[in-house]
Amino acid sequence: MDQIPDLLRDYDFFAAFRTTIYLTLLSAVGALIIGTTVAIMRVSPVATLRTIGAAYVTLVRNTPLTLLIVFCNLGLFIQLGVVLADKNSNTFITTNNFRLAVLGLSIYTASFVAEALRSGVNTVPVGQAEAARAIGLPFVKTLTYIVLPQAFRGAIAPLGNVLIALTKNSTVASVIGVSEASLLMKEMMDERPDVLFVIFGMFAVGFVILTLPTGMLFTALSKRLVVKR
Amino acid sequence: MSSEVTVLFDAPGPRSRRLYRIMGLVSVVVLAVVIWFVLDKLNEKGQLTAAKWKPFLTGEIWTEYLIPGLIGTITAAAISVVLALTLGGLLGVGRLSHAAWIRWPSNVLVEFFRAVPVLLMMLFAYKLYAEYDLVPSDRLALAGVVTGLTLYNGAVVAELVRSGVHSLPKGQSEAALAVGLTQGQTMRSVLLPQAVTAMLPAIVSQLVVILKDSALGYIITYEELLRKAEQIGNYKANLIPAFIVVAAIFIVINSLLSIVANKVEQRTRRRGHAAGGPLKPDQIDQAAVAAAASMAAPAGPAHSS
Repeated sequence: MDQIPDLLRDYDFFAAFRTTIYLTLLSAVGALIIGTTVAIMRVSPVATLRTIGAAYVTLVRNTPLTLLIVFCNLGLFIQLGVVLADKNSNTFITTNNFRLAVLGLSIYTASFVAEALRSGVNTVPVGQAEAARAIGLPFVKTLTYIVLPQAFRGAIAPLGNVLIALTKNSTVASVIGVSEASLLMKEMMDERPDVLFVIFGMFAVGFVILTLPTGMLFTALSKRLVVKR
Repeated sequence: MSSEVTVLFDAPGPRSRRLYRIMGLVSVVVLAVVIWFVLDKLNEKGQLTAAKWKPFLTGEIWTEYLIPGLIGTITAAAISVVLALTLGGLLGVGRLSHAAWIRWPSNVLVEFFRAVPVLLMMLFAYKLYAEYDLVPSDRLALAGVVTGLTLYNGAVVAELVRSGVHSLPKGQSEAALAVGLTQGQTMRSVLLPQAVTAMLPAIVSQLVVILKDSALGYIITYEELLRKAEQIGNYKANLIPAFIVVAAIFIVINSLLSIVANKVEQRTRRRGHAAGGPLKPDQIDQAAVAAAASMAAPAGPAHSS
């Protein structure tokens, strides 16, 4: 325990967790955008769109995240030359890898967001959509004014779980060298094998501190915002 | 599923049908353009040449790389499943125990293993085993992968056991206690058998997670499919095809597992071995936030899955 101040002085523990948080938040925004689009496709009246949405979820959900992220780096960047950062900047590699990781995490998490939203749509009683149609609203208005607002509120708890999973999954970004928490942990364990337990404890507590309040916040939100029926 | 989809829109009239057909056509065209763009880009980088794909038709790639990789992935997953079920069963029953000194440690362990990323546990176990010579060095990576997967999935199974038992009607345990069974007997011979049936589909779905997460072993140099894909890529200079093939293998296996999970769920529902029916997907998703969320989302009429 008394090595903790030393470790904190020698290694930038908080910067690593800052990267983890950025990675999580940016990917969450990306996943929410893609995931909502896919969810809308999956409930749309156009059969082709439904098929495309379902195919996206099936393909992405069954692929390991590690494979996606490694592919973003080795495949997209090295083989295909997809570049997401300014090549002349001197932090090119770091920025590019960070953005590729965000891309991989967003694509992966989007499939879970789409599923969470679809379960949210299921919590909306049939009568809501029927009433909307009865007063003459077309599909898009039924969806945007009546169903989706209630679906989002019904999906808050599962979305919270997706966010927690995303926070933990962001550690996989270390595989392409993004300097987030797990990469620093690996580095520290390589250099200080004498205090393995202390190091693991520090990082584990860091993740508990990140995920526990998220869980409580989303539980509280879902209770507050749930549509009373 | 079809019933809940049609809820959002009426049976289309002639105008809507035309509109839907046009939108369908447009989406097909957009999809085709995207696919063409990707293929064109791949072609431009010479990724579609026969030389890059031919190796997958030779026996060598399969016997030397893909099948050993698949065996590595499945070995790690299978060992982890067995251990996770054991650990999860113990922790799950522990959480339901009436003795506080068993319940609390079980609760803390489950919450801890669920909150810490699998990768951190794998890395830690790997380093720990290496540092203290706990495992023969050729089994080091496997032991690391299995430990990480077991701890996390054990916690998930524990959570499933708990939601499984909670999903049973209260009358089950009341009746068991009324006929004079002890708490332990009630749990063993009335609640658990039904809970296992209720959570079976969820456990099969969890296999998909275990199989996918075993790819994390790549990071601690475990010889599984992803690592083999990279080796094929380096050997034949066809990294992208290798990744696509391996992704396809994962997708096929996991889709089959999902189909099995669905079948098991349908069977459980039809035969009704569990008084509460199979766990609904949202009961499982919200396991982390437990009762609060399931109370917050009362089963609407559209609640078929």
